[in-house]
Amino acid sequence: MSPLRESLTRLWTWFDSSTGLSGVWALAKKKEVPIHKHTAWYYLGGMTLFLFLVQIGTGVLLLFYYRPSSGEAFESVQFMMAEVQFGWLIRSIHNWAANLMIFTLFLHLFTVLLVKAYRRPRQLTWYTGVVLMGLAMAFGFTGYLLPWNELAYFATRVGTQITGVLPVVGDFLLRVLRGGEDVTGATLTRFYAFHVALLPIATIAVVAIHVLLVQRQGMSVPRRIERSKEPPRSMPFFPNFLIRDAVGWLAALAILAALAAFIPAELGSKADPFASAPVGIKPEWYFMFMFQTLKFLPAHILGIEGEVLGVLGFGLAGLFLFLIPVLDRKSAAGERSPVFTGIAIAIIAFIVVMTIVGYMVDPAA
Amino acid sequence: MFATWVGVMLLLTWRTGVIEAQSDPTEVESCVTCHQALPDGPLSDPVTRYGDDVHSGKGFGCVACHGGDGTILGPEAMDPARGFLRDLSRQRIPTMCGHCHSDAAFMRQYNPGLRVDQEVEYQSSVHGQRLVQESDSLVATCVSCHPAHGIRPPSDPLSSVHPLNVAKTCSACHANAQYMADYGIPTDQAEKYGRSVHGEALTVARDLGAPTCNDCHGNHGAAPPGVSWVGNTCGQCHSVQEQHFETSRHGEIFPLIGIPGCAACHNNHEIQAASDEMIGVGEGGICAKCHTEESEGGIQALQIRRLIDSLRIQLDSSRALLESAENSGVEVSQAQYDLEAAHSALVESRAAVHTFRAGAVDSSVAAGLAITDQAFIRGMDALGELRFRRTGLAVFALITVVLIVALLLKIKEIEGPSMSYIMFTREMRLPETRGPGSSDRNDEESS
Repeated sequence: MSPLRESLTRLWTWFDSSTGLSGVWALAKKKEVPIHKHTAWYYLGGMTLFLFLVQIGTGVLLLFYYRPSSGEAFESVQFMMAEVQFGWLIRSIHNWAANLMIFTLFLHLFTVLLVKAYRRPRQLTWYTGVVLMGLAMAFGFTGYLLPWNELAYFATRVGTQITGVLPVVGDFLLRVLRGGEDVTGATLTRFYAFHVALLPIATIAVVAIHVLLVQRQGMSVPRRIERSKEPPRSMPFFPNFLIRDAVGWLAALAILAALAAFIPAELGSKADPFASAPVGIKPEWYFMFMFQTLKFLPAHILGIEGEVLGVLGFGLAGLFLFLIPVLDRKSAAGERSPVFTGIAIAIIAFIVVMTIVGYMVDPAA
Repeated sequence: MFATWVGVMLLLTWRTGVIEAQSDPTEVESCVTCHQALPDGPLSDPVTRYGDDVHSGKGFGCVACHGGDGTILGPEAMDPARGFLRDLSRQRIPTMCGHCHSDAAFMRQYNPGLRVDQEVEYQSSVHGQRLVQESDSLVATCVSCHPAHGIRPPSDPLSSVHPLNVAKTCSACHANAQYMADYGIPTDQAEKYGRSVHGEALTVARDLGAPTCNDCHGNHGAAPPGVSWVGNTCGQCHSVQEQHFETSRHGEIFPLIGIPGCAACHNNHEIQAASDEMIGVGEGGICAKCHTEESEGGIQALQIRRLIDSLRIQLDSSRALLESAENSGVEVSQAQYDLEAAHSALVESRAAVHTFRAGAVDSSVAAGLAITDQAFIRGMDALGELRFRRTGLAVFALITVVLIVALLLKIKEIEGPSMSYIMFTREMRLPETRGPGSSDRNDEESS
């Protein structure tokens, strides 16, 4: 054995004795990924995680230059985009990866919903997944305001206003979110704290639980395949599945780079609280279905304000989604559950249709 | 019979004394009670229209202008002995209005910001002089522009003296060829003004800051600007041009030879938007009216035109370059902002044209060109940056493809030739499949 190799082995032995990493390694080598016609969906979780890591990396780089105050935020982002070497690339990737991450997260959630992977014993994995969806949307909402540009300012004003319509707690929540009566510099620093401190800590903690549960319980196999007479097949997670994961990540990186080069993140003009709101303000695409639904609701339904009812409805829908493992008793008992398949398809169809409608209607209407 | 009686009563006399607003504005004067009961016509109309009058809003009734006693019902109310004004002829109107409007102490109670020199101004106007000196009853008096019983403040869009309505108010007389026949002045001013850059700014773009008749001619002191002070009139807004013109050779000579300053090149009522094409002795060049190409004036004009054109062209090309970089996604907003200083320099250069000296224009143009050159370099850098991004992307994509191929080859090495890339299908066959499925095993573990 060469002296170098010997030194490395000694270093590894010391490291392993301190961390017990070889145990984890042995576990990883033992991990299997089932093979069936829905195996492709298994990559979505890993892809979402990869994009989240991209967000952490680019987010930290953005922090080197970003200044969280209403007087400097816009200028600091402008400086980053124009003067800082590769600043445009970092911000554009951060922007695009955020959108792609939420997109893959939604896909991941929908596929899990459709194949009913939330059924026993993976209820907790589902709960943490729904929480992660909420956290990702909160990331998007808070991050959107940070460049302090005109569109973000007014979209945040509308977005926070919607929270304010909630009975009893609405006014309190509105003040907590805005840090005052209106969207001001206080809102910006608040959103900044949420975006770079509170949400990352919470997300990393929940992701850790989520991933740990996946490792503990393995990948779920759809009920029909599980019950079929064909012998179950699988492949080793390491390296077979991981290499395929890496292929997907590399492709995602290439797509991100192309998007950043050809459609860099826009900045627009600086927010002016005294200016009138631009026509046709729209939220980020992942909030569009809710925004559009609220727009369609009549002013009053059964004597209650339509908007209040809408916001409460979405709150209840979120709770319903969260509690699906409890509500879907048939899946829990290992039986077919066509009602919940129908509900899942209805939820997905509603989100897709309302999002498309949101982009098709005339903003001035 | 009654009409005859009223006619007699209207032979009024002037009164003196302080006018006050009604102590109780809701109290109806006897004038209203009687006049509104009269059949439609000149005697009842004032009652109907006066409700919207600015004076009515301040609590002034009929007695405030007409005198008499509004507390008595019947013709006795209009007894001259009770201060009723018989004579309200046009010659008397300025004095009647001025009775309150020239009294600073009185006006302060109702509209402290309103000037109180309208009557004095009017007496200095062509209208006022003809009214007094020549007893010309056709000239405008207060009520010609501020129709009695329906006077609204100038800020009210329905007012006859709101900026949007002034031209129409003046042209009621000045565009009437028959009415103006004895005065020997043109009647096409309003028509020309409507076609002018100022008229279009006001009526089409609804820019209330754009000048209308009274901004150049004065309102209460209306008169045509004299040859020697046309510049002062235009200089109210175009002050820089006026300063340049005043110190120029033209500014010195024009008054002496009776040429009306600005209007000599820009016209008066039909002023068109100034353009660079006006500079020069070629086609469209206004200087050719007096100068030949070979003359000193013609040579200066040519040089000035070249300077202005050079800055404008450079500004346009730098702007287009930055716009193209911006459209491609490169952040150039700071460069675009800085380039606006070149636009300011171009505006300054155009104003400096009124010095009629190429040297004076050159200094502004040189400052502008320095900025456009800088912007051009930044635009080229931005496009270079864009090329760098695209090249970088191509290199990165190539590396990614190589890595992906390498990974796929690795999979092939592990799994053999029957591997199915990335996506797994029912038909997929792996050389080594392991069972039972981990899911089942883990289910057992967790239970």
